Amino acid sequence: MRPAAAPGALAPRPDQRVAKALIAAAVLLTIAVLVVPLAYIFHRAFAQGFQVFAANILEPNTLHAIALTALVALLTVPVNIAFGIAAAWAIARFRFRGRKALLTLIEIPFSISPIIAGICYLLLYGRQGLLGSWLLAHDIQILFALPGIVMVTMFVTSPFVLREVLPLMQAQGSEQEQAAVTLGASGWQVFRRVTLPNIRWALLYGAVLCTARAVGEFGGVSVVSGSIRGQTNTLPLQIELLFNDLNIAGAFAAASTLTVIALVVMVLKTAMEARR
Amino acid sequence: MKTRLLAAALTLGLAAPASAQDAILNVSYDIARELFAAINPVFAEKWKAETGRDVSIDQSHGGSSRQARAILEGLPADVVTFNQTTDIQVLADAGLVDENWREAFPNDASPYYSLPSFLVREGNPKGIEDWDDLVAEDVQVIFPNPKTSGNARYTYLAAYAYALEVNDGDHEAAQDFVGRLFANVPVFDTGGRAATATFAERNLGDVLITFEAETAQIARQYADQGFEQVTPSLSLLAEFPVAVVSENAARNGSEEVSKAYLDFLYSPEGQRLLAENDYRVHDETVKAEFADRFPELKLVTAEDVFGGWEQIGEEHLAEGAILDRLFVNQ
Repeated sequence: MRPAAAPGALAPRPDQRVAKALIAAAVLLTIAVLVVPLAYIFHRAFAQGFQVFAANILEPNTLHAIALTALVALLTVPVNIAFGIAAAWAIARFRFRGRKALLTLIEIPFSISPIIAGICYLLLYGRQGLLGSWLLAHDIQILFALPGIVMVTMFVTSPFVLREVLPLMQAQGSEQEQAAVTLGASGWQVFRRVTLPNIRWALLYGAVLCTARAVGEFGGVSVVSGSIRGQTNTLPLQIELLFNDLNIAGAFAAASTLTVIALVVMVLKTAMEARR
Repeated sequence: MKTRLLAAALTLGLAAPASAQDAILNVSYDIARELFAAINPVFAEKWKAETGRDVSIDQSHGGSSRQARAILEGLPADVVTFNQTTDIQVLADAGLVDENWREAFPNDASPYYSLPSFLVREGNPKGIEDWDDLVAEDVQVIFPNPKTSGNARYTYLAAYAYALEVNDGDHEAAQDFVGRLFANVPVFDTGGRAATATFAERNLGDVLITFEAETAQIARQYADQGFEQVTPSLSLLAEFPVAVVSENAARNGSEEVSKAYLDFLYSPEGQRLLAENDYRVHDETVKAEFADRFPELKLVTAEDVFGGWEQIGEEHLAEGAILDRLFVNQ
């Protein structure tokens, strides 16, 4: 039902009430689903004052979880950048048999649940797994230690850089690179002077997304971590444990740290999108 | 590049446990963190005084079946402190734990115990004193889903055992009783923590049923709500079994300190720490000290009433067995 159009109006005017109602619904939903929960994390984290918050963050196990999470990201992200560029390069610049299959393979981690990655590693590297007895005999601890956590995080984050860089490489085509080659540039020079500058924002954007995912990964890591406090507990796992221990203030303090990381990453991402 | 980083990661991961002092990993159930946070420093001090060596004790907590699974896959636990005997049996069946682990330590290798007990709202407005008060029409009961929660399984069996006791062993009457109890549960959460949240944060229900050690902690955690503990006249013994994971301990060279650690739980000092954390213990002196915190009641065991956990599995918990029938019919 539309109110009578103003005399002389040629086009049907959109109903202001419907528009306003839709906007109000969207705003309310955003507030209820996003803004309030996020704000509440900080409210609860600081509910008992800054000193309690600081004490919770500086608690050795939480501090270790923060350091471990940072270390995992530091090990994971560079590998994914190198791997992502190499794979994007191969797929964008060359035509070879199995190219589509390779692309699909790399994208698999996007579509399967991280817990499946965790379980796959368990079945492969676990004590009862395929390589388990060999690893045990050589005293190599992969699962329930840093290597396992890093490997699962790599699995989960592997498509991020590729996914950002590949479309750009395909859209840009290879004319500039070919020109560089005809001018006598070596392979490395082409990459440093031509390819890298062209994809740098997409690359950074992918790295930022990859970092966010690596820092926040929960499901896959929880399978292979063993949750040894102060040793193999990453920040998301530490938050869950604190919460289960009824240590609500500690859980919210740790959660606020993770949220700050995520917010910083999102700000970087927005800034980069503007540059793209 | 990838392999080099992987190698770096490997070295980092390997470097951690290679310190000179004694080190053990205690893999435990999910709600025992405070307990072992209290026990570990005391044991470390004692070990230092006795042997002159430092010991670092790492903790891993999680659902005990899940923890057992992780140990089977290589989590390098030296000792396990669980809340289900079946989960240690799994490790024994796989050869990680000695076959006769139940004889390795006193009291069937269970240094402390607890039982399903009640937590009611301030002033106990519904006058709940025992299991039969829970099936009154206007009473709402909160405990998790016995299909998914080990904790609720104990509640189910305790209620069943109580009904058998008052009905002279009549199984039909007992099942009728448990069915009426289920009918008074407004929501079945998947785990103990969620049920606690339902009771304490969502304010649902008149009584929460969980382990006695938990009810005491919840009452303290939510002190402002004035929850009161109520001990029923009869309940089911819930054991908290321990074992040395001998295969791992042998590899880590930690057999001696692992055994000493578990022995410590049986010492008067260890038993006092356990009692302070609301678990019932066997040491007579400590029992007398804490008598006012642990009211007397009739305790029955899974073996006596139900013929052991294997039989409970077949007759009660298996698909389509008694629990399923009662659960569906409510």
